This record gives sequence, C-alpha cells and structure tokens, in this order.
Amino acid sequence: MAEIVLDHITKRYADGTVAVDDFDVRIADHEFVILVGPSGCGKSTTLNMIAGLEDITEGELRVDGRRMNEKAPRDRDMAMVFQSYALYPHMTVRENIAFPLKLAKMGREETQERVERAAGLLDLAPYLDRKPAALSGGQRQRVAMGRAIVRDPKAFLMDEPLSNLDAKLRVQMRTSISRLQKSLGTTTVYVTHDQTEAMTLGDRIVIMRAGLIQQIGPPQELYDHPRNLFVAGFIGSPSMNVVPARLEEGLLRTPIGDIPLRGRLGRAAEGPDVPRDVIAGIRPESFEDASLVHDAEEGGTFTGTVDLLESMGPEKLAYFTLDTGAVRSEHLSEAGGEEAGEECRLVAQLDPKSGARRGQPVRLWYDTQAVHLFHPKTGENLTER
Amino acid sequence: MEAGRRSVSGWTVANVVVVLYAMVPVLWIASLSFKDPSTFTDGSFIPRKWTLGNYAGIFTNADFVRGLVNSIGIGLISTFVAIVFGTMAAYAVARLTFPGKRLLIGVSLLIAMFPQISLVSPLFQIERALGLFNTWAGLILPYITFALPLTIYTLSAFFREIPWELEKAAKMDGATPFQAFWQVIVPLAAPGMVTTAILAFIFCWNDFLFAISLTSSDAARTAPATISFFTGSTQFEDPTGSISAAAVVITIPIVIFVLFFQRRIVAGLTSGAVKG
Repeated sequence: MAEIVLDHITKRYADGTVAVDDFDVRIADHEFVILVGPSGCGKSTTLNMIAGLEDITEGELRVDGRRMNEKAPRDRDMAMVFQSYALYPHMTVRENIAFPLKLAKMGREETQERVERAAGLLDLAPYLDRKPAALSGGQRQRVAMGRAIVRDPKAFLMDEPLSNLDAKLRVQMRTSISRLQKSLGTTTVYVTHDQTEAMTLGDRIVIMRAGLIQQIGPPQELYDHPRNLFVAGFIGSPSMNVVPARLEEGLLRTPIGDIPLRGRLGRAAEGPDVPRDVIAGIRPESFEDASLVHDAEEGGTFTGTVDLLESMGPEKLAYFTLDTGAVRSEHLSEAGGEEAGEECRLVAQLDPKSGARRGQPVRLWYDTQAVHLFHPKTGENLTER
Repeated sequence: MEAGRRSVSGWTVANVVVVLYAMVPVLWIASLSFKDPSTFTDGSFIPRKWTLGNYAGIFTNADFVRGLVNSIGIGLISTFVAIVFGTMAAYAVARLTFPGKRLLIGVSLLIAMFPQISLVSPLFQIERALGLFNTWAGLILPYITFALPLTIYTLSAFFREIPWELEKAAKMDGATPFQAFWQVIVPLAAPGMVTTAILAFIFCWNDFLFAISLTSSDAARTAPATISFFTGSTQFEDPTGSISAAAVVITIPIVIFVLFFQRRIVAGLTSGAVKG
C-alpha cells in the first residue's frame, strides 16, 4: 500500500533521445492508474523507472514520501508482471510463486501458506506442481500474477500483462485483474497500448505520446473531454470521426452539413487565435438514424449512402464516404486509428432497429452539441479550453 | 516418391562413407591393441590371436598410470576454472555494456586463433623462470588460457538466448544481481555449460604439444605425452601394442562423456532455437 509520486521525471538516453519528458503524476494509495499510448510513447520506460529497472535522468520518484531514485529494484518492494510473464522455466508453479518469499528468507510454513492462498485466489491450486511449459497461456499469466501478489508488495507494476492472450481470455482476465486489485487494494500501475483495457480497468488514465503526457483523468473524462486531437483519436472505439470544417459567420461548414455556432461551439469559435479552417470531430455514437429520433430539434441531419454495414448485435455500424478529402494530421496518424485513406470516411453507430441497408441512402441525425473542434496545427481541442 | 527414395538411399551411402572414413582408423587401433605382438604385421583386420596383454602391460607401467592421473586432474581443474570464469565473462559479454567489451571479445578471439606452437618456447622460458615448469599449474595455466575463449564464446551464445525479462523478474522478486544470476540464469544455461565443459575438457585431455614441451618427468606429464615415451620390450621392438592399447584407453573417457551427455549436448546446441 503506497502513494507513488513521480515528480517531474525525465528519461534521457546517452545518445540524447528523450524517452520520457517531464512526467509529473501523483498516484494515490489504492489507485489503479493506466499508462496508455502508442508504441514508443515512453509508457514502458516510465514503468521501468518506477520499478528501478531503468535509471531516472531527472526528477524524483517518491514512494510514501521516501526518495527511491537510487534504490535497487529489490529495495522498492514492488512486484511486476511482464508481458512475456517471465516465469522461471526450470521451477514448478509452486517454486515460481514462492520465489520472492524464498529470496525474502521467509519461513517454510508461512511460505507454504501464502503460496496456497495466492494459488487459491487465482484458481491455480491443481497446477502447483507443474512446470510453466505444461500450462496454457492464461494459466501462465495467472502464475505471473500469483508471483506478484504473494508477497503483498507496496505496488503492482504491470507491463501489458494481457497482450499475449487471445481476445476472449483477455476480457476474462481483465475482469479478474480488476476484481483482484479492488479486493487487495494495492496501488497499481498498468501499462497498455489498448484503449479498451485502459477505459475498463483504470481509476485514472495517463495518456502519453512521444514521451509527453497528453492528458490525465478518469476514463469518462478523457472520453467526453479530450484535450486534443490525439487523445480524441486514441480513446474510443471506433475512433472519433474527423472531418475538415470551416468557421463562417455564425456557422460551421462541414461535409455533413452546416452547424449553427451556438453554446460551446459558439464559445469555441470566439476564442483567441482560432483559425478559419478547423477540424471537426464527432463520435460514432453521436449519430442516429433520423427516423428513430423523435425530437430532432437540437441537431443536424445528413443523408449519405451506406458503404458497409456491420451488425454488432446491440448496435449497427454504418460506414460512409464523404465527398471531401480526408483530414491529414500527425496527431491522428499516431493515435492508432486505421490508416486514413484518400477519402474522408465516416462511421455512425446506429440503433439495431435502424433500417439502414448497404448501398442504400439513409438519413442520419447527429447531436451538434457533441461536436468537438480542433486546431488543425496544434491539435488542441478548441471546445475544451 | 521415387525422388524421395533416391535421396534417402543417396544419404545412406554418404553416411556410410563418412562413418567408415572416420571409424576405420579408430577400429584399426582397437584391433591392434588386442593383437598378440607376433601378429602385428599380419595385416588382418580382425586379430587372429587375441590378447589382453597390451592392456595389462600399460596398467603395470607406473608412468602411464601416473599420466592418466595427471590428465584427469589437470583436465578437471582446467575445465572447472575455465567454466567458472568463462561463465562470468560470457554473462558480462552477453548482457552488459562496458568499455572495452569489443576489445575483450577481440582479444579472446585472437588467443583462440593464435598458433600454439609459437608460444611453446616463450612459455618454456617463462615457466622455468617462475618455477612452474613440470608442475600441474604449469599446464593448467596455458590450458585455461586456451579454453577460456572457447567457453566465453559458446556460453555467451547461450546467455544471449535466455530472455532478459527473466532476470528483470528475478530482480523485481527481490534478488540481488548475484542471486538472479545464480538461481535463474545459471540453471537455464546448464545445458550450455555442460556442453562447454565437455568441449573444454576434451581440449585439455587431447593436448599433446604443451604436455610434451612443458613437462620433464611424470610429475605433470599427461597421458598423451606419456605414450610417446613408451618403449618396446627390447630396443629392436616397436611398442605398437602398448601405444594402441593406451590410445584406446584415453579415448574411452571421451566416448563415455559424449554418450552420457549426448542428449544434453544436443539439447544444449539447439535449446532456445525455437521459441518455447
């Protein structure tokens, strides 16, 4: 149980590359914090610096108020779960889980008891005498978890622990990690590149890009109020639709219709140094089949031909092509969304009762107040500043 | 199907040729070692008159027995020291970055390539000056020198294949660097270490050049060198039988080693080749 403070931490390698730049986060006791971002954003480096596997170039790492920068990993009392699980192949499951206790010179009986308890918690009891090679991926993952929880550390550090599992198991393990963390109450830092894991697991998300923190906040806040185009594109699946837009007198001209500049859009347009050409972003779920919307007052409509229709069960995803060029921005390409083509595409998440059919035109309603405006150069969210 | 069968028979022929080529001299020596002295020159592959006299002869020869003891002792000590230091050096080469790493690798390669014959005279002079001539240490030192590059090279290849994350995991689990190395890395590198140890031992065991040049009596003379001092029972007689018997005797430990550790060696040579 511990509070972890990363006080303006920077990682600079000998060749001058900066992997993590001025990372400043205070992780509260019991908190579950997710570091998320595309590969190479510095999230694993940050985790390794907390663990002590990499040196901190600048800044201070404090755990419960004590400086940790110079402490060896074993003196930090943190447990880590690796992406590859890093189980010791020459030891049985029991020996693997007991290894941290053996190094801590714990008595045999207590070791035994703790291993059994951890194994019980993770449904590993029948496999205690097997070697890791004889286990399935999910079981190996649980052994790695067991090795982390057995010594009751101050914090769990998890480096993409689920990315080697298949989709279904990943969802299962996600829930059990979440439940385990809640019941143990151990401070946890979790690294992932998967925005779904970030959204579902974390109390708070730290979203990173190129070594810099983009935004910190609870999942819903990041989703509703992305600070910039990168966060907007990264969080949410399918990703936010982005279309080129132009601010004119009292109107926002977009390929999906003109939107009156009222409310937050109006305030955004009046802000200082707002260019005429902006990027408009609107989430797929802000659309609906116009025939299913009774009160179509507050909103715009747009008619398009459905290119592709995916029925997901609880919803339908309709894809459209707009007759305008796609938005190109460095802030989007890194966000991990699908590669933007030449044409501007749009995804709408519709109610399953929608009559939309492939190749047929459909009239869509969208919530004009859910539109975000982004600065085309800086990527800043103009509607959130 | 036809092509497959033809290639199988082709391989069979090739294998038989290679095995015969390798085995005939060995079998010839073995055959000689069982021949009665009167039939050495009869040219028959299978001895006409079997005898164990040659073997009985060499084991009553105190020099040869002493040579065997020297060989085993010197071989084991050299191998042990080479493995201990080689393991540590190989680990450093495989895992750490330190100034002079390339130089170290370069120098050890250089030592492995160095023609040993060119070192014999200087070593002879140095060892005589230092009082190491004709002692176990006088042979162990050069053996370690030449076995180390071999062990460093082979073992660093093994260490490179052990996932680094295991070591990080051990550190996170509370291990000191030495504990991580000893309890996690070494057990995983064990097949590699056995393989390397055998190769190093064979190198020491087989050496003749240093053994003959740096010894003057049976205080440190190893078996291969002792054999060259065999004499016939009279000055008109060649010690063919004893030499053959002794050659067979010193081959046996190697054969046993390899047979015993064969699976280990093969496992060691291929382990980590496939992601497990």
